Amino acid sequence: MISAVIVFPGSNCDRDLKVAIEAVTGRAPAMVWHRDTELPASTGLIAIPGGFSYGDYLRSGAMAARSPIMQAVIEAAGKGVPVLGICNGFQVLTEAGLLPGALMRNAGLHFVCRSVGLTVETSQSIFTSAYSAGEEIVIPVAHHDGNFQADGETLDRIEGEGRVAFRYREQVNGSARSIAGILNDGGNVLGMMPHPERALEAAHGGTDGRRLFEGLLEAVA
Amino acid sequence: MKARIFVTLKPGVLDPQGKAIHHALGALGFAGVNDVRAGKLIELDLAEGTSDADIEAMCRKLLANTVIENFRVERDGQ
Repeated sequence: MISAVIVFPGSNCDRDLKVAIEAVTGRAPAMVWHRDTELPASTGLIAIPGGFSYGDYLRSGAMAARSPIMQAVIEAAGKGVPVLGICNGFQVLTEAGLLPGALMRNAGLHFVCRSVGLTVETSQSIFTSAYSAGEEIVIPVAHHDGNFQADGETLDRIEGEGRVAFRYREQVNGSARSIAGILNDGGNVLGMMPHPERALEAAHGGTDGRRLFEGLLEAVA
Repeated sequence: MKARIFVTLKPGVLDPQGKAIHHALGALGFAGVNDVRAGKLIELDLAEGTSDADIEAMCRKLLANTVIENFRVERDGQ
């Protein structure tokens, strides 16, 4: 599978994401710079990494969402290409309009950096097919702006449509309805604050993130 | 020509920074502060003749995230 990791100035999880994708798929992803305007031909997976793109200027993810490569990402997402946004990648996807809602400053104001318990809310997605619905997993978070907010109607809709992928099992950042990750209406775009690429090997302290990549590979291969 | 864009959180959107400022004011002994909301002021130096519609488009496309924020534009002389 041909995959692409988008790299912005200030991305800092791009190499971790590359290692994770390569470990699971056996093929190194293309590292695509924000100024590029095209993705590699036949890209089957686009991954947007964590970090502090453009120094979080204006709003987290705001500048990155308007960078040249994002037009190609939005186009590919519209054609059904899977797009995975992790942490800052989730912020970029909401700012780009590919996912609803917004990620605001953590309710406790502190940067939160620790492993947290999550519930997998659905196994009916290409990203979560290797998990069981209701399964409890542990994945690290590391963010300052992870407080997911949307209006009540939007929250009702994404819950009703089974588009909440992950929920926190503990208080982390004040997110509405404890939402940690959501899918778009087509099910091919996932944004999540926790970092599955940091829970791939036993040496990471946990391997619960690995199945996200394995399930994705199986679903799209 | 100058324009000032005031970006503020929509009513009802939780403002952790405003809460922290509120708390700090209380800690400094300022009583009687009922609430604090923090926002942004963005100053634009614009070419003469930039239309209101152009400024509004700038706000909607980038300067404000209308999911959570409102914006208000003040132009020179207004």
